[in-house]
Amino acid sequence: MTDARHAPGRGLRLYALLAYAYLYGPIAILVVYSFNQSKFGVAWTGFTLEWYAALWDDRFVREAARNTLIVAAASTALSTVIGTAAAVGLQRYRFPARRLTEASLYVPVVIPEVVMGIAMLAFFAQAFAWLNDALGFGWRLGLATITIAHVAFSVPFVTLTVRARLAGFDRRLEEAAMDLGADEWRTFTRVTLPLILPGVVAGALLAFTLSLDDYIITLFTAGPGSTTLPLRVYAMLRQAVTPKVNALSTLWVAVVFAALLLAQWVGRPPRAVAA
Amino acid sequence: MSHVAVEVRDALKVYQSPGGGTVTAVDHVSLAIADGEFFALLGPSGCGKSTLLRMLAGFERPTAGEILIHGRVMGATPPYQRPVNMVFQSYALFPHLTVRQNVAFGLEMARRPAAEIRARVDEALAMVRLPDVADRKPGQLSGGQQQRVALARALVNRPEVLLLDEPLGALDLKLRKEMQLELKALQKQVGITFVYVTHDQEEALSMSDRIAVMDRGRLLQVDAPAVVYERPTCRFVADFIGEANFLEGTVTALGADFGTVAVDGADLALAGLPQGGLTVGQRVTYSVRPEKILARTAPPAPAPAVNCVPAEVEDVAYIGSDTRIVVRVGPRLALSVWEQNDLSTLDPDAYFSRGERVWLTWRAANALLLGA
Amino acid sequence: MLQTIRERDDLKGLLLVGPIAFWLGLFLLVPLALMVVVSFADRGTYGDVVYRFSLDNYRALAAPEYARILGRSVEVAFWTTAMCMAAGYPLAYFIALSPPRRRWLLLFLVLVPFWTNFLIRIYAWMIILRSKGVLAAFLGAVGLLPGPAEAWFARIQLYTPGAVLVGMVYEFLPFMVLPLYASLEKLDLSLLDAAADLGARPWRAFARVTLPLSLPGIVAGSVLVFVPAMGMFVVPDLMGGAQTVLIGNLVNNQFLKARDWPLGAAASMVMLVLTLGVTLLYTRVFGSGEELVA
Repeated sequence: MTDARHAPGRGLRLYALLAYAYLYGPIAILVVYSFNQSKFGVAWTGFTLEWYAALWDDRFVREAARNTLIVAAASTALSTVIGTAAAVGLQRYRFPARRLTEASLYVPVVIPEVVMGIAMLAFFAQAFAWLNDALGFGWRLGLATITIAHVAFSVPFVTLTVRARLAGFDRRLEEAAMDLGADEWRTFTRVTLPLILPGVVAGALLAFTLSLDDYIITLFTAGPGSTTLPLRVYAMLRQAVTPKVNALSTLWVAVVFAALLLAQWVGRPPRAVAA
Repeated sequence: MSHVAVEVRDALKVYQSPGGGTVTAVDHVSLAIADGEFFALLGPSGCGKSTLLRMLAGFERPTAGEILIHGRVMGATPPYQRPVNMVFQSYALFPHLTVRQNVAFGLEMARRPAAEIRARVDEALAMVRLPDVADRKPGQLSGGQQQRVALARALVNRPEVLLLDEPLGALDLKLRKEMQLELKALQKQVGITFVYVTHDQEEALSMSDRIAVMDRGRLLQVDAPAVVYERPTCRFVADFIGEANFLEGTVTALGADFGTVAVDGADLALAGLPQGGLTVGQRVTYSVRPEKILARTAPPAPAPAVNCVPAEVEDVAYIGSDTRIVVRVGPRLALSVWEQNDLSTLDPDAYFSRGERVWLTWRAANALLLGA
Repeated sequence: MLQTIRERDDLKGLLLVGPIAFWLGLFLLVPLALMVVVSFADRGTYGDVVYRFSLDNYRALAAPEYARILGRSVEVAFWTTAMCMAAGYPLAYFIALSPPRRRWLLLFLVLVPFWTNFLIRIYAWMIILRSKGVLAAFLGAVGLLPGPAEAWFARIQLYTPGAVLVGMVYEFLPFMVLPLYASLEKLDLSLLDAAADLGARPWRAFARVTLPLSLPGIVAGSVLVFVPAMGMFVVPDLMGGAQTVLIGNLVNNQFLKARDWPLGAAASMVMLVLTLGVTLLYTRVFGSGEELVA
């Protein structure tokens, strides 16, 4: 919907300016204070990198960061593969229980996270109790259960993203590939995958960010020794206020910005093809 | 039988419609296409011509019947193992690959050596007169250029049969005419059998060696263009290709090779009777094409022996090359008549005008009797 | 022949979709079903679950203090949704009216803060709303505190219900803007011209054309905000202080602190029924009837 005569009016433009200030103001404040010498006050007392150094020295933060990255990488890889396959299957084929599978994709959207979290906690606790009893395993909550949970809530987003891309896909391109001698696998790797890749990358990034961001479900599926960064941040917020959190936040924002720019660059739409 | 490139034996394609019923897309079609032939499948949209083509390519499997290419039964052979290539409607060029990569695709799939691929791609691009765009993406080409790339991408594989699905449909009129000539010349040059799907009768007439006319899944007539036009075997073919007047009447006299049909009180003659027992008194359809009728403002002298009918001009449409008029002969009988404009005058009296009295004549040999 | 082709497709479809069906089934649907079972079970002496059918948990939840928590939760979720809508609609409209080349960037800028961790976003508001925080310092500097802004600041400063609302709106605003933008972007501007041509003033045109046509976005945005707002316990935990216990906190406490899983499960079922009920009602009433608003 674009048309010079319908361009946003002055009132609307002013509102938008304020809205963006509202969105970015708090983050800007965090970033600024991460470089402030004063530990408690609001007043600016001088520039320092001391909080970043303190952060680096914090063994718990480093371990939490490592855990977070392990979980995010593993759950993203799994979600992307499972989710992309499902998108292709749901878009292309009819089979029993298709409707049910499709409906279950929306479960993470319509069910509050805390409910999913406790349900998984109860499930893992119960399942591990039985399995450990019956088979003598020593399974307990940890990075693996966090990863499983993260895949469960992020994989539908991958599927929905890839599917949106597949919906606009011209099936004749695949027919053309087959006509030119490519079997089904090579048709997928040489034609289908490259063309839906922006959707797959976007889905993977979504899964990665959801995993990085998640606190609630992680809280219920984490065990001793598997503290992730959000869990650590929460603990820090409950303890004394320290500008270390500002430093961590600033780093986090920087990483997210970089990742989004990268995603933007990778996912840029291909040049339009006529007809 | 080595000179038969494609043989379709009693092919049937039935789809399950979403409502639970069935739709017959291709209804027991049999035909044989000779090696090196330019063969057109012509018909309105939904007539089954594209489905038939897709069965040749292997995208659809016939519900019953067989398809043979150079004598080999195709059966369940997947598209990627068939010795045919296709030029798709709106081309289906891979948008993520360059022109060169697009054209090289089939050869790469066949695992040809890199040097050979390079040489053959260059040759193919030269053949379609596009040597300079090899490194561009399809999105940067004009419609006509994309069309040529699609052609090169298929031909570079030296298929035994080239399938073309409305390949010129997306081009504007002028470019389409140019490409028609070029395609025809290219086909002569490479000597490959072309199976060409189109709904454009002019395209089919001007390019093909033979035309197969289809309607509602059935194959109605397979003949050379002139035969299809001049000797249609049924009303649908006569109507779909060119224009025709159809007059319902009764047979009044029958000779060895001559007959008359009474239509709305006028006795109309024709030569060249169809095979099979006609009887006097039988209801028939009498057909004559509008450009074969002469309209004159004065009675011809001497009056011809047959088919001289007085009429009144009811409607006049000037279209430049012709003047197309509708004339009324009797209360239930009106004819469409095309008169070539062989005068370059602006004088309105030189053309027909509404209400004017005219005399129509046509030769008996220009009329046909048609089945329903 | 048709049948065999279909069966082959069935197999391929199952192979492709099998993994996700397995994963969502085992790790999402089975646990949720287990939750239903546990909510009807009993709590054992040591905090374990005794599988014996009982309605005690639901009966316990009918107690006035729990009913109050539930009421407050609905209230907070409702106001969060309403405020996100009020704040988000003009923003989405602004983006949709902007030139296409800039639209993407504007939308992207709404999403960027959302991609930073949500605890970080809460923390940012904590340091702003603290009693000696950034906002207090700013109001002090311009001479409003102590002064005319005192009462206002008291209502939103950290550890008040007002602060919870501020934090929730900031958390969920992008969920509202995104679907609103998606439906506004599709709006054909010539419809507004047509409305104007038929004599509608801009506001009437907005109310009769733009608003009804953006209903799908309004519904989707409301659901996307209301659902997580209902379950949210971290914002009240960190910004609300002791006075703001919502149903999310209740569930959380029963599971991680009091270790009364059956009661927590029952509370979560109530929350689930409530969110699904509101979602369903909302989509039914507004989703299918655009004429209701016009």
